Amino acid sequence: MSVEYIGLKEISGPLVILEGVKDASSEEMVEIQVEGEKRLGRIIEIRGGLCVVQVFEGTDGLSLTNTRTRLTGRPLEIPLSLEILGRTLNGIGQPIDGFGGIFPERRRDVNGHAINPVARRYPRNYIQTGISSIDGLTTLIRGQKLPIFSGSGIPHNQLAVQIVRQAKISGEENQNFAVVFAAMGVKHDVAEFFKTSFRRSGVLDRVLMFLNLANDPVVERIVTPRAALTAAEYLAFEHHMHVLVILTDMTSYAEALREISSSKGEIPSRKGYPGYLYSDLASIYERAGMLDDREGSITQIPILTMPNDDITHPVPDLTGYITEGQVVLERTLSQKGIYPPVSVLPSLSRLMKDGIGEGYTREDHPQVANQLFSSYARVQEVRALASVIGEDELSDLDKQYMEFGQSFESEFLQQSIDEERDIEHTLDLGWMLLGLLPREELDRVSDDILNKYYHDNDSEGGGLQSWT
Amino acid sequence: MIKNTQGMIYGINGPVIRVRGNNRLKMLEMVLVGDEKLIGEVIRVDRDEAIVQVYESTAGLKPGEPVISTGKPLSVMLGPGIIGNIFDGIQRPLVKIREKSGEFIRRGMSVTQLELDRKWPVKMLVKAGDRVEPGTKIAEVQETEVVKHFVLVPPDIRGEVIDVAKDGEYTLCQPILKIQCGPSEKEVTMVQEWPVRKPRPYRSRLELNKPLVTGQRVIDTLFPIAKGGAAAIPGGFGTGKTMTQHQLAKWSNADIIVYVGCGERGNEITEVLEDFPKLIDPRNNQSLMKRTVLIANTSNMPVAAREASIYTGITLAEFYRDMGYDVAVMADSTSRWAEALREISGRLEEMPAEEGFPAYLPSRLSEFYERAGMVENLNDTKGSISIIGAVSPQGGDFSEPVTQNTKRFIRCFWALDKQLAYTRHYPAINWASSYSEYFEDCQDWYREKTDGTFSTKRAELLRILQEESKLLEIVKLIGSDILPDEQKLVLEIAKVIRLGFLQQNAYHENDTYVPVMKQLKMMETILELYAGAKRLVQRSIPVSVIRKTGILDEVIRMKYTLDNEHLSGFDRLVDKIHETLDQIGRDYQVRERKGLE
Ligand SMILES: Nc1ncnc2c1ncn2[C@@H]1O[C@H](COP(=O)(O)OP(=O)(O)OP(=O)(O)O)[C@@H](O)[C@H]1O
Ligand SMILES: [Mg+2]
Repeated sequence: MSVEYIGLKEISGPLVILEGVKDASSEEMVEIQVEGEKRLGRIIEIRGGLCVVQVFEGTDGLSLTNTRTRLTGRPLEIPLSLEILGRTLNGIGQPIDGFGGIFPERRRDVNGHAINPVARRYPRNYIQTGISSIDGLTTLIRGQKLPIFSGSGIPHNQLAVQIVRQAKISGEENQNFAVVFAAMGVKHDVAEFFKTSFRRSGVLDRVLMFLNLANDPVVERIVTPRAALTAAEYLAFEHHMHVLVILTDMTSYAEALREISSSKGEIPSRKGYPGYLYSDLASIYERAGMLDDREGSITQIPILTMPNDDITHPVPDLTGYITEGQVVLERTLSQKGIYPPVSVLPSLSRLMKDGIGEGYTREDHPQVANQLFSSYARVQEVRALASVIGEDELSDLDKQYMEFGQSFESEFLQQSIDEERDIEHTLDLGWMLLGLLPREELDRVSDDILNKYYHDNDSEGGGLQSWT
Repeated sequence: MIKNTQGMIYGINGPVIRVRGNNRLKMLEMVLVGDEKLIGEVIRVDRDEAIVQVYESTAGLKPGEPVISTGKPLSVMLGPGIIGNIFDGIQRPLVKIREKSGEFIRRGMSVTQLELDRKWPVKMLVKAGDRVEPGTKIAEVQETEVVKHFVLVPPDIRGEVIDVAKDGEYTLCQPILKIQCGPSEKEVTMVQEWPVRKPRPYRSRLELNKPLVTGQRVIDTLFPIAKGGAAAIPGGFGTGKTMTQHQLAKWSNADIIVYVGCGERGNEITEVLEDFPKLIDPRNNQSLMKRTVLIANTSNMPVAAREASIYTGITLAEFYRDMGYDVAVMADSTSRWAEALREISGRLEEMPAEEGFPAYLPSRLSEFYERAGMVENLNDTKGSISIIGAVSPQGGDFSEPVTQNTKRFIRCFWALDKQLAYTRHYPAINWASSYSEYFEDCQDWYREKTDGTFSTKRAELLRILQEESKLLEIVKLIGSDILPDEQKLVLEIAKVIRLGFLQQNAYHENDTYVPVMKQLKMMETILELYAGAKRLVQRSIPVSVIRKTGILDEVIRMKYTLDNEHLSGFDRLVDKIHETLDQIGRDYQVRERKGLE
């Protein structure tokens, strides 16, 4: 236990190599003393007596001779108790808010364990966010992992905060909820924005923050989402809370992973990211969900910025392959001044089908959503055509689509940052817009639903043009 | 413990460990790693070191811990109790793991693959004095309400039966047969072990000539997969791979379904576990779970076991094929399996080929898809394995190595299209870039089962769709207004085909599964509409007039409004089409005459 290893064999980026080590175990934590300062590291590879160690606080100031390293005999764990709510911790779970240490009820390994698929409960409860584009078209379900794909300069943080503030679970009191917020490589003012917003909406004492800011060490960043999810699992599955986890920015996280991978000399796959990026991201995202014999839930909203707004970039791409849908934000909408700039067509909530419609939201919801998607897709085609032949040359029907598209963006998508619309309101709005189109165009809606909800908004439609 | 069967851990790098001190380890041998006896497999043997991939988390392992050799390759246990069950990638039953370790999977759980002390009612099929060969059916066991399980003579035993158990209840380990096998006597039980990486033997391959009927129109009609065939379903995220696989697992007319969730979501497995027991198979009124076995290695479970899960699945499938069943294997997603290969290969510091994938990726893929086929079994029965592999191309780009290499080994390709998915056209199978070579193989079946016109109608449908895509190119540039009416009609009919035929609503009770006869009727109706409308258009009646009558919409809705089994509704619909069109024709004549006056 108390053996100290003096000096290092090699230092490479955030990694150091120890030599002649006995009794080290894979993923064990080590403490490195360097000139009176203590740093933490984790063993990531062992070969005989050689150990490769990731140093959380970075390797600056380390030399081959100025360190003394001690094995701790334990994996990376964080202390947990109910008192963590309201606290601010660094990326590896140490308090940085000046309120002293956490008296742990228990300690947990940050890597967690995979939920046995036979022990999961399929998520079905819909969460009303009060945001039309989300509630109406990409409904969030409790226990879902639904990321926001964004770009730099697009107001994804505002959207996340609005979701946290307005999220309501239908028909149940909202007492037992908590927010776990993990910042990875974001700027100080972004973290501050979240904190202020949480304070303003009066939820700060139910929020646990993990901050690994842009100038904090990258190795710590690898642990941050895991520490956050370990805390979330503790709150959800031991204290039956409904936990919303916000992870931002997953792109910085993946870049940290890439940096460490390249210092290890690993063979890269696409864009220099390691071949195991998918598995690594999955080990984070799959920690959302519910268990069939416990009350709590973990809902994840990871936020990521798409480099170059490119949705095929490995980080959004692999994320999309793991999460249960995605809310995509679009720069052109944002530039038009539309908030939230949700790009409807590529956005999707895969779990919504089981949490909407009769008995959940309203009977017409699935069909309205489907129709709005499909009509708005048609708008894109018409716009492309209009840009070629000019708007005036469009057929009457196409002109109606143009109008529908306009109104859809300015009335359905657009809402203010503190505007909360309930689901009825959102769906009625949908019908109002569909009323701009002739009834025959609504091919995704059944007759009885049309009879009940459709009203023609277009005064001159119908009879006049009839041929006979 | 015997010394020379034991080595020790020397190095640890994620799921890959280096073992020293035992130079007798064999390639692909199963080993027990560390004090907790984690299951691993030898994947490389060098002069003084062997490399083992471990099927569980290696966190906390230390150099010096023992590595025990088992002398046998990674194997599955074959016997009653497989169907209806859910296993992890190396055939450990997840329900048992839960009983031992709770909601979260801990490692080092030793659980037997099948329940060894459960008693099964056995009916013997052979008597003393019979000669039995490998594969001979010696007994039958009602494994579930729908699956009759045949106990087969293992592939290495043949001879004369000298003793037979009485019909009755037996556990898996109790001998039910004694065979004089050369000079020695062999006892046979209901279980046998089989190494997952080795295909089970059969007598010969047969040609493929029957489709695996799926009830999905775009598949059965346009791009069918034959029983014994292999299909790939590639698509970017959210385009519908899993939904399609689930639909096929639910409705295809295989006897047994092996569903391998390979590196995908936990909730999708949960969904199957919740849905399938409740869904009723129309063919036997029993729950679908009673013909299904699930292999689940979700994306957060250990990577090496993900690699094994595909082989575990296909070996279980071969076992039921050997009994004479048609088995369908769904593998979602083969890309995750390929990535597991890449990850392990990277840790071995092998020379990578394309995009970091190992150079042996193509050969592994071909070995897997080659295990599909329609065969004559050793016991003269016929059985088949159809493989449907999902592919998740990076960036949705089909030119990446897994999609490209898979294409070489399959003959049916369902290309999922992001644009179609964006507009919620499901299933988002692109009719222009998908293909199936099996339609030709199954011609006779289509001719016999339907009225002989199937393939001409199908060709006509495809032709209209093709013409549409040409016309749409023009429309994109100049709008549809200036097209002549005959071409406008093509666009309208193509729309009817897309919305009314190709789109199929998996969530609609009536539409989720559609018999081939109804598919034919639907095609017929659409083509009837086209022919009638074309005659009007040729008399210069504008398409807009036909559109106004609502008859197009009515045809589009036929999938919902007309029954799946009683097809007389189609005659009425066709009558109505004729009436409507005739009426337009008459009105037009009147008008023309008035115009003349
Ligand atoms: N046939 C269908 N009918 C109705 N909806 C569908 C159909 N196919 C796909 N969808 C919709 O698309 C969503 C995504 O489909 P699915 O989960 O099958 O995608 P996937 O290709 O497996 O994606 P991934 O690669 O990320 O796993 C579904 O949740 C559903 O909303
Ligand atoms: Mg899928």
